[in-house]
Amino acid sequence: MQDLANADCIIIQGSNMAECHPVGYQWVTEARLKGAKVIHIDPRFTRTSATADKHVPIRAGSDVVFLGALINHILANDLYFKEYVVAYTNAATIVGNEFKDTEDLDGLFSGYDEELGNYDPSSWAYATEGEGPDASPGTIGGPAAGHEHGHSKSERSAGDEHGSGGPALEHARVKRDETLQDPHTVFQILKRHYARYTPEMVADVCGVSVDDFHYVARALTENSGRDRTSAFCYAVGWTQHTLGAQFIRTAAIIQLLLGNMGRPGGGIMALRGHASIQGSTDIPTLYNILPGYLAMPMVGNHDTWDDYVAAIANKAQKGFWANADAYAVSLLKAWWGDAATKENNWAYDYLPRLSGAHGTYQTTMAMKDGEVEGYFLLGQNPAVGSAHGRMQRLALAELKWLVVRDLNMIESATFWKDAPEIATGELETEKIGTEVFFLPPASHVEKAGSFTQTQRLLQWRHKAVNPPGDCQSELGFFFELGKRIRERLADSDDPRDRPLLDLTWDYPLNEDGEISGEAVLQEINGRHLSGERAGELADMYTDLKADGSTSSGCWIYSGVYAKGVNRAANRKPGREQSPVAQEWGWAWPDNRRILYNRASADPEGKPWSERKKYVWWDEENQTWTGLDTPDFVKTTAPSYRPEPGTGGPAGLAGDDPFVMMADGKGWLFAPKGMLDGPLPTHYEPQESPVQNPLYRQQSNPARRVFPRKDNLWSPSGTAPGSEVYPFVFTTYRLTEHHTAGGMSRWLPYLAELQPEFFCEVSPELAEERGLVNGGWATIVSARSAIEARVLVTERMTPLVISGRTLHQVGLPYHWGVGKEALVSGDSANDLLGVALDPNVQIQESKAGSCDIQPGRRPEGEALLRLVHEYQSRAGVTVETSNQLKTTEDGT
Amino acid sequence: MDPKRTFLSWPVVRQVRAGDLLARGPAVTSEKTRSLQPRTATADRVVQSVCPYCAVGCGQRVFVKDERVVQIEGDPDSPVSRGRLCPKGSASEQLVNSPGRQTKVLYRRPHGTSWEPLDRETAIDMIVDRFIESRRNGWQDTDEHGRPLRRTMGIASLGGATLDNEENYLIKKLFTAAGAIQIENQARI
Repeated sequence: MQDLANADCIIIQGSNMAECHPVGYQWVTEARLKGAKVIHIDPRFTRTSATADKHVPIRAGSDVVFLGALINHILANDLYFKEYVVAYTNAATIVGNEFKDTEDLDGLFSGYDEELGNYDPSSWAYATEGEGPDASPGTIGGPAAGHEHGHSKSERSAGDEHGSGGPALEHARVKRDETLQDPHTVFQILKRHYARYTPEMVADVCGVSVDDFHYVARALTENSGRDRTSAFCYAVGWTQHTLGAQFIRTAAIIQLLLGNMGRPGGGIMALRGHASIQGSTDIPTLYNILPGYLAMPMVGNHDTWDDYVAAIANKAQKGFWANADAYAVSLLKAWWGDAATKENNWAYDYLPRLSGAHGTYQTTMAMKDGEVEGYFLLGQNPAVGSAHGRMQRLALAELKWLVVRDLNMIESATFWKDAPEIATGELETEKIGTEVFFLPPASHVEKAGSFTQTQRLLQWRHKAVNPPGDCQSELGFFFELGKRIRERLADSDDPRDRPLLDLTWDYPLNEDGEISGEAVLQEINGRHLSGERAGELADMYTDLKADGSTSSGCWIYSGVYAKGVNRAANRKPGREQSPVAQEWGWAWPDNRRILYNRASADPEGKPWSERKKYVWWDEENQTWTGLDTPDFVKTTAPSYRPEPGTGGPAGLAGDDPFVMMADGKGWLFAPKGMLDGPLPTHYEPQESPVQNPLYRQQSNPARRVFPRKDNLWSPSGTAPGSEVYPFVFTTYRLTEHHTAGGMSRWLPYLAELQPEFFCEVSPELAEERGLVNGGWATIVSARSAIEARVLVTERMTPLVISGRTLHQVGLPYHWGVGKEALVSGDSANDLLGVALDPNVQIQESKAGSCDIQPGRRPEGEALLRLVHEYQSRAGVTVETSNQLKTTEDGT
Repeated sequence: MDPKRTFLSWPVVRQVRAGDLLARGPAVTSEKTRSLQPRTATADRVVQSVCPYCAVGCGQRVFVKDERVVQIEGDPDSPVSRGRLCPKGSASEQLVNSPGRQTKVLYRRPHGTSWEPLDRETAIDMIVDRFIESRRNGWQDTDEHGRPLRRTMGIASLGGATLDNEENYLIKKLFTAAGAIQIENQARI
């Protein structure tokens, strides 16, 4: 975050940083005061735009065209950082000749399976050393390397596993052409792929003028290179799309081409929205991963321990993921202690198996279909905060029991009496069988523990006071729940209860009689269990072994409690240390503040420039050193070249800075890992009033759709009926509220500052639809209709797309219908349906189609009739917009 | 005449001496104003914390008096936030002390029309009963090909992004050992 102050140009796209991360934004302001250029690319003009050098309005969901055109501009004009690109990226790597691009197949990559609607990525693999360009397809990243079809990968949301590095490859013996001229090099493939992403295409698809495009291109390229660096900042404006992961990949390609990764003032800043949302991904309360981005086992792929180990890492690949077996064994030892032995494969069979996607939306649908009995809501309010609020509430009504743990009486706890579906007659309180337990939790000052914030920094919070009344921390609640479940099952001889009974669950209590959070953090950090250092805490993940002699609950956090010191609680004031501030909190891994920072030095190990020096090779002492912990094997000299075929950290050459990637290089082209293509390519959102001008293929052919009667979509592009929902809507947050409002709509100060739901429309749209500032509007999608106060503002810019004017409607999503909050209102998320990105199973909530009309919405059954009337006028059926591959007739 | 009132306490002289030429500042403060002290000055102790809202991770100083949080301010020591808080972070004292905050366990029985009070220990025991039963009802030993699944589809959970790492760790550990896989949080959203 602070490192943004070192940037010479900052592009904020998919984020309204000044309003949603105001305090973080001080570093952007600081950079600008030092002369950096700040550009905001966003559908709306916000405070971020107001404080930037330039605001570029863009059509929601068209970002890959804009960013792809920047790639084209960089390549076509030779503006890339040549030494960096050749040495540190896979630009020179040769891809197998079976690969076919979307430019060859009208919007599909090779390997598309029409039946499954997924890719088999084997044709995207690198060519292998020893093969000519005409030989059989490469196998690195191909079938032998723990090959798994895109379908099952998507089902287990395998994209998330790359939260701490790249996917496994069979080995790292790749073919390279460092002249970048071979037509099969990544570099040449990239050039061809983006050749049609021109400024004119940007104007046509994004609604951004050619001049504005050139302004951004110039600012970015002039501020990148040896002596200058540029940064990107994004938030959920990029992630919440059916190709969200590819939006971010496009930015990654730009940053690699310009040499901005691993360097001060460079990189891509993910601005996350919850205090420990990074932590809850690292130590996941997520279905598809185990702590430290280890995969949850998938039936059919990981049936045995050997299958699992072979799939998560390969000893022949380069880098630190080659040691994933040590991380997995140490996790199993942390959980099952002495019951995890070499003989029983470290209790691997105690882990439950996935068989498909079990993300929150699949679970909601299963719940609605009566397949889930009990549900815990832990500081989350899906009735308001998740996409398709109506489906969420109807699902809650099908549960047998629900536990809500929240500071305030949120709408997800009161749906049985206050849900809007009671007003429409769809639900009736007396007929809802859900048993609801409301348990109040401790607030952040009433318990001690660590949050991991957006830059991987763990910060410990000390406890200030005891929680009031029945309030209890989650730590206390779950410790107690586990204890009582184990007591209840203590006499069981059912093998299914063994994992619970063998679980290590004997945490010490502190002076307040509460379970000690420090003890849990120590378990996460890990220990030496046997050998000379038995009993000692691990110093870092390189201590961890695959022989059962170490434990660690989350390998990437190993080191946070090194030498018995809680480093998350380090609090040396910022003004008493260097700007890198390594003595405040602790960042994973190994307290590094910039990842892949070996790239801040040139291939010989010298800083690219004095101005941008960060870590470098100390020739005299034969070690890496600098302003941060070097993200490299400390004693590997820049000139080191491993024996061909060497795997693991020793396989990294002295100029392989991307130490978690299987070939040590930054990936411009992803031979593996992305489930919807090795290169980002533009597709329209699941629901869009615009026809994709680049390919016949309208939307991401690998996106996840759920054709159900309760999840309908408007027709897209030029399909008949799309004119019924002619406008694009996009949802967003305000400074004064927090997501679904559970932590803000109950606070008098905040509720007073932003009391009411509103929609932002341009004066032109207001004129067209007769909307009056301060009056009411009804917004209708294929799922629902909601009402909002109208804010007519020039902050919304009508865009000219493919020759016609397109209007966008902005909707903050903090309000919900209920009687308990200080302020309530219709929820913007009710307009959304459920269609997901295949890599990470995140919903598309940043672009949808709607109509807007003046006046309040009808109430009761009349509301349902209005929604149905629109659906039938547009000819919406369960199939509408749900065909994954666009057919000849464009549907 | 008050012996303390001298030439130096004449209003105009006070204004000039204090640099408060327009008499809108210290020159005209009342005894009451002068004796006011900020809650931060009278607190019994100050505890370092972190803001619970977005993921910037701003440092907070929590001021406690008589075992009650009386104020929360930005921590100037933090190299991330340098003492600043946004409107939400600045309002977080109300998150702790707001009169609308729920501090009692409540129970809504199936088909019930209102909340009922419930003792916390009883509530946890009831949840344990339901957890064990739903775990059993949703249990799957193998898939249709006889391959092991060893899991339950009867229980799900959502939440964690606002919780501590240690809390997420226990939740994931307990649910996984119980065979419950449908564990999710805001990071998916």
